[in-house]
Parts: sequence; structure tokens; C-alpha cells
Amino acid sequence: MSAPDFIVHAPGDNVGVVVVETVEAGKPLVGWVLDTDATISVQALDPIPLGHKVALTDIPDGAGVLKYGHDIGRTVAAIGKGRHVHVHNLKTRRW
Amino acid sequence: MPSFFGYRRENGRVGVRNHVIILPLDDLSNAASEAVANNIKGTLAIPHPYGRLQFGADLDLHFRTLIGTGANPNVAAVVVIGIEPGWTKRVVDGIKATGKPVQGFAIEGNGDISTIAAASRAAKDFVHWASELVRSEADIRDLWVSVKCGESDTTSGLASNPTVGDFIDKVDALGATTCFGETSELTGAEAVCATRAANPAVGEKFLKTWSDYNDFILANKTNDLSESQPTKGNIEGGLTTIEEKAFGNFQKIGKKARYVDVLEPAQAPTKGAGLYFMDTSSAAAECVTLQAAAGFAVHLFPTGQGNVIGNPILPVIKITANPRTVRTMGEHVDHDVSGILRRELTLDAAGDQLIALTLRTANGRLTAAEVLGHREFVLTKLYRSA
Repeated sequence: MSAPDFIVHAPGDNVGVVVVETVEAGKPLVGWVLDTDATISVQALDPIPLGHKVALTDIPDGAGVLKYGHDIGRTVAAIGKGRHVHVHNLKTRRW
Repeated sequence: MPSFFGYRRENGRVGVRNHVIILPLDDLSNAASEAVANNIKGTLAIPHPYGRLQFGADLDLHFRTLIGTGANPNVAAVVVIGIEPGWTKRVVDGIKATGKPVQGFAIEGNGDISTIAAASRAAKDFVHWASELVRSEADIRDLWVSVKCGESDTTSGLASNPTVGDFIDKVDALGATTCFGETSELTGAEAVCATRAANPAVGEKFLKTWSDYNDFILANKTNDLSESQPTKGNIEGGLTTIEEKAFGNFQKIGKKARYVDVLEPAQAPTKGAGLYFMDTSSAAAECVTLQAAAGFAVHLFPTGQGNVIGNPILPVIKITANPRTVRTMGEHVDHDVSGILRRELTLDAAGDQLIALTLRTANGRLTAAEVLGHREFVLTKLYRSA
């Protein structure tokens, strides 16, 4: 596998991190899962900046987002597979 | 065993720099301290804004931080200047316990000009003496290394923090002394962090420390802390929640090393070699200043969006995996690990490179922050003065 478009920490995660600077809506993305060395793919439905998250599955409103194999917050809107996940649809459970 | 050439001090600790510092007790003594540093080449003034009317635990922390800074093995000798002799002597005596040369000067009854003249003569003698000290070989067990990240983004959790974690795992196995902190930025990962303690008692101590800090934040917050934790820079870099930031932060202690104790801010380790957790703010300069005061001699600082911090007495090594930061702020980067994201560099190799770079830095290579003149020295203040 050559350089990935996004990287996933753990196999159960429902988001991946875009690691290239050129993700426009509609672009097919190749992902690398760190813990298993597996290759997965998803089509971006939004432009997603370097370092930002892409949804790997459909995630309902009020659900948990998993990264590093751990819960990192709850969604405040339904997020479709391939969509940009950030402050507009994901909130902390703490502060 | 990896080794380096450092300055073995009177108390047996090994430093990697040979600073003669001019240390003000208080804000009022900054002007005289800076005048001495201007007179005497080869000295470094460390101005700061506090030291008056503090009391209780806040005053204790002020003294512990100033004494610890002077006692750090990267410092050869110290001139302390204070407005009055009592507290000045307290700092002098604290530093003197290490056996290193230190002399105090008080301004009251003398005025700035006479004080500057007398302190300059002492500083000049110290510089001549320090300039003849020679480095000797020491192994990595004599190198105390602290870690803290800043302006993190998701690339920090993917690659630059794990590179530091790989370093920690490898040097911990060799018997090194290391330290991480950032109490508030473990929020969300605190339960997992507690399981990395060397034993349940230390894990409980960590959770109590974290909980006290979190209670303080909850008591004082005026909103949901969005834009403070994570910061605007974190959010720009793709980090969305404190939990996400915490799990990224936590990558810095590797996968195997277990912390042997929980330290108060600026408290020196007392349980021998190993990884320590220190209760600190997550603001970069506050944390690094406290770690320097605890005696750590080299600092590893992973960044995503490009935090430019340095410290007056600690070399701060910057590591980034963000290719845009490498491209736009390359002069601040000591170790580029963006190749991990492209699968051109393994974590194992990046960690080995970081060990080699740390030893080169210990031998005398100046870091980007040192060359660019970053000397952020920020005292942690616990509450208002009396």
C-alpha cells in the first residue's frame, strides 16, 4: 500500500483521520488501520481538511464516536458515512 | 548503554547545558537582574512577574520553582537578586543545598545601581569558573527527560506523540528517569491513565489529583470550555473534544512504561529511576517550567499545528508529524516524523531517531527553540496574592 488518504487507530473506530491536504467531496479514499495493518476505503461526501475526521459508518444522532477504541464524545446530529466529523456534529461528554 | 557527554554537578546530577543564571526573587528585581545579564556576557536573566505577597501553598510553589530552577543540573551557578534579604536568602539557601555556587543580593538599602555592580562582579567570577568546566561521559540513566505536547492536532495522536511514547518505552527499560504531566488534558482518558500506574495506590493518587483539578475547572468555568479545551488551534487541526485530545496526549507515555509516582508541581522525583506523572497545567510554558524546576534536563515537545515554545534552561526538542507544519514552520522543527503518515517511516525507527537526537542535544547540539531565542519561563500561580 502506498501513502494512505486517512488513518484509523483501532479496528472498531467509526472515524478516521485525513492525512492528506486534498480531500474534496466525492473523492474515493484509501485508509490504513494502525492496529491491524488493514486497508479500508470510503468515499468522501464533504471536503475534509488535513487532520480532520471522516465518518466510516452512518452514525445516528446521540451516538458515541469511537477513536483509539475509546468513546471521544456524542454526536449532536446524524452523520452519514463519508461525512466530515467535527465541532458541528460532535460534542464532548465532559465540559 | 546509550551515553552522552554532560556536566556532572556537585550533587551527582548531570546537566546538558552550563548556564550561569541571574534569578530574580520577585518582579521588582527583574530590572537589576537584566542589567547584570547585560553587563556580564555568558549569563542569562530569568525575569518573571511574581514573588510578592504570595502565601500558603502558592508561596511554597513559588519558592520550590525558583529553587528548583537554580538547582537544575543545566545551571552551573546562580546569582539571586531580591528586593529584600529574607526571602532572597531562602532561595539562595535552597539552591546552595545542591553544592553549586550561588550568591544573593538584596536591593533595599543599596538601590539598583550598587546592587547591579556587586552582583555583576559575582556573576563575572561565576562565568570564568563555569567556562572551565568540562563535559564527561554519562549514560542515559543520568539523563532526566520530560515530555509535554502543545498546539496538538490529530497528527499528534497518530505519530508525533507515539514517537515520544516509543522513546519513553525504550529508555524506561534502560533505567532512565522521565516525566509527563498535563493533568487537565487527560480528561476523558483518566480511567485508562490510572491503569498505567505501577501499582493501585499510585493509580488512586493519580485519580485524586485529576479529580481535584477537574473540580477546580468545573467550579470556575463560565461555558463549556469550547475554544479553551480543545484550543482554537487544536480545533483548526481537527481535534473536536477533550476526550479525543486526551487519548492523543496519552500516547506520549508509550504502551509499556508504568509511572512510579505522582509528583506535586515542581517536585523532584524521589523514588529512583522510572516514569513520573506531575500535576501540572496543560499550558506549555507553565508545564515545562515546572518540569525544569523538578530537575529534568531535556524536554521532548511534540506539536501538530506548531507551538514554538522554549525554556531558558532546558533544551526543548520539537517533533511534528504534520506535513503542513513542516512546510510552513520548518525552522521550529527538530524532528520531522510526517513520514509515518505516508508509511515511509516506522514508529520504531522514528523512536530510535529521537533517542539519537536527544543524545546529540545532550552533547550540546542546540535545539531550534534555543537558536531562535525562545526562553519562556512562566510561574504557575495557584491563587490571588494576599
